[in-house]
Amino acid sequence: MRRVAVVGVGCTKFGELWDKSFRDLFIEAGIEALEDADLEGKEIEALYVGNMSAGRYIGQEHISALIADYSGLAEFNIPATRVEAADASGGLALREAYLAVASGLHDIVITGGVEKVSDVGDAMEILSCSADQEWEYFVGANLPALYALIARLHMERFGTTEEDLALIAVKNHRNAVKNPKAQFRGEISVKDVLNSPYVAEPLKLLDCASICDGASAVILASEDIAKKITDTPVYIKACCQASDYIALHSRKDLLTMTSVVKASRNAYKIAKIEPKDVQVAEVHDVFTIAEIIAYEDLGFCKKGEGAKLIREGETEIGGKIPVNTSGGLKACGHAVGATGIRQAVEIVLQLRGDANGRQVDAETGLALNIGGTGATAVVTIFSR
Amino acid sequence: MVPRFWRKIKYRYNLIGSYCENCGNYFYPPRNLCPVCRRKGKIKEVPLSGTGRVLSYTVVHQGENEGKPYIIALIELDEGVRLISQLVCNPEDVEIGMRVKSVFRKYGEDGKEGIIYYGTKFVPI
Repeated sequence: MRRVAVVGVGCTKFGELWDKSFRDLFIEAGIEALEDADLEGKEIEALYVGNMSAGRYIGQEHISALIADYSGLAEFNIPATRVEAADASGGLALREAYLAVASGLHDIVITGGVEKVSDVGDAMEILSCSADQEWEYFVGANLPALYALIARLHMERFGTTEEDLALIAVKNHRNAVKNPKAQFRGEISVKDVLNSPYVAEPLKLLDCASICDGASAVILASEDIAKKITDTPVYIKACCQASDYIALHSRKDLLTMTSVVKASRNAYKIAKIEPKDVQVAEVHDVFTIAEIIAYEDLGFCKKGEGAKLIREGETEIGGKIPVNTSGGLKACGHAVGATGIRQAVEIVLQLRGDANGRQVDAETGLALNIGGTGATAVVTIFSR
Repeated sequence: MVPRFWRKIKYRYNLIGSYCENCGNYFYPPRNLCPVCRRKGKIKEVPLSGTGRVLSYTVVHQGENEGKPYIIALIELDEGVRLISQLVCNPEDVEIGMRVKSVFRKYGEDGKEGIIYYGTKFVPI
């Protein structure tokens, strides 16, 4: 396997982008990535796009060809592939692109994620398709309800409180103030979170990421070519995926996402690092409890001690291991299939020293992208 | 949605799970293939007791049910299998560990003309 580097990154603003179409979004992210890499476009040998549900969100399938076409790549007839794993679609598309370059099949590829959700009525209903439709969603267990079951048990078993969950939202909103691409760029207080209405107890409105529009893109190249393109390549040291039982009720332990444990341990082994070597991380805080569980399953702390990490400020910018410096899904907004690539963009900016205003000192970073309640996990480790 | 619901009526109206004669594990919802033994498994359908205890629960405020709050619980049946279902009782009375039993209840309907969805819910014992 060859070494693979990120040579360009791009991302649209995330949010309710009423004036932008699906096509406008992916073109904007792709062009930004090409400009960042200083490529013309025709160098791209393949395209991988992460997208959860264009069919339901905008009534358009076959979006891999559509994107290649509207990105000016139809002339070159390059292979274009859509990857779907619910809200881990972006992370998984990144993995497919990584494998294509690492294997020697392609030298330069583009991978992106895109989702246009604000054209339809019930975005949460569609996102909840990531859970088991017949045995979870049928009985009324939507995505907030499923994460609420996890949160309730975590509180019961480990003494995690609603204030602890609120601290995650407060931190991520504070970080997003410095991220021009984030949907919510205002600080909130613990009191704001605690006073927001319940969605599924104990989770409140401000414990939930908003589902929004957005697109993101990164360009990958083999090491030798990357060095010709840029002076600041960021290497992908490992990109691992793991799966698990799709429904919560089939899992042995509700409080451990085994997919995250497996994917991260594989990734640490391949990258030859330990959890303590990770200096900055983007994790999948689709609900605040998910970030606390991620701390534990990634090995940043022991099982049950996730809340302690946020209470002591260890995951703040300036702490031992800053998490979600971008604002995370919570404050950037969750553009479903685009989120996994947006996380990669943030880690690359951090490692290159381009994260203006929210910069941390890091040489090694990690991104964790999750599908549904953890039936898919993708862990990617980046290094300067 | 009609054929999709109709196919599963037997399993929604009754609490039927799977039992693997090879490994002795129970599963719910029913499976055609034993996830422990795979090809070596011998799956057969079995009625489940319908009694168990609450492992975790949530009161859903923004979901189905025309905006009215309802309780979702993760329940472990006495056979050791787990399922997610609605719990019918006062939200203030729910606690982790409480004993519950299955009952036949309405889940919803496809408008005034459409089919009515029935299924299994749970109530405190």
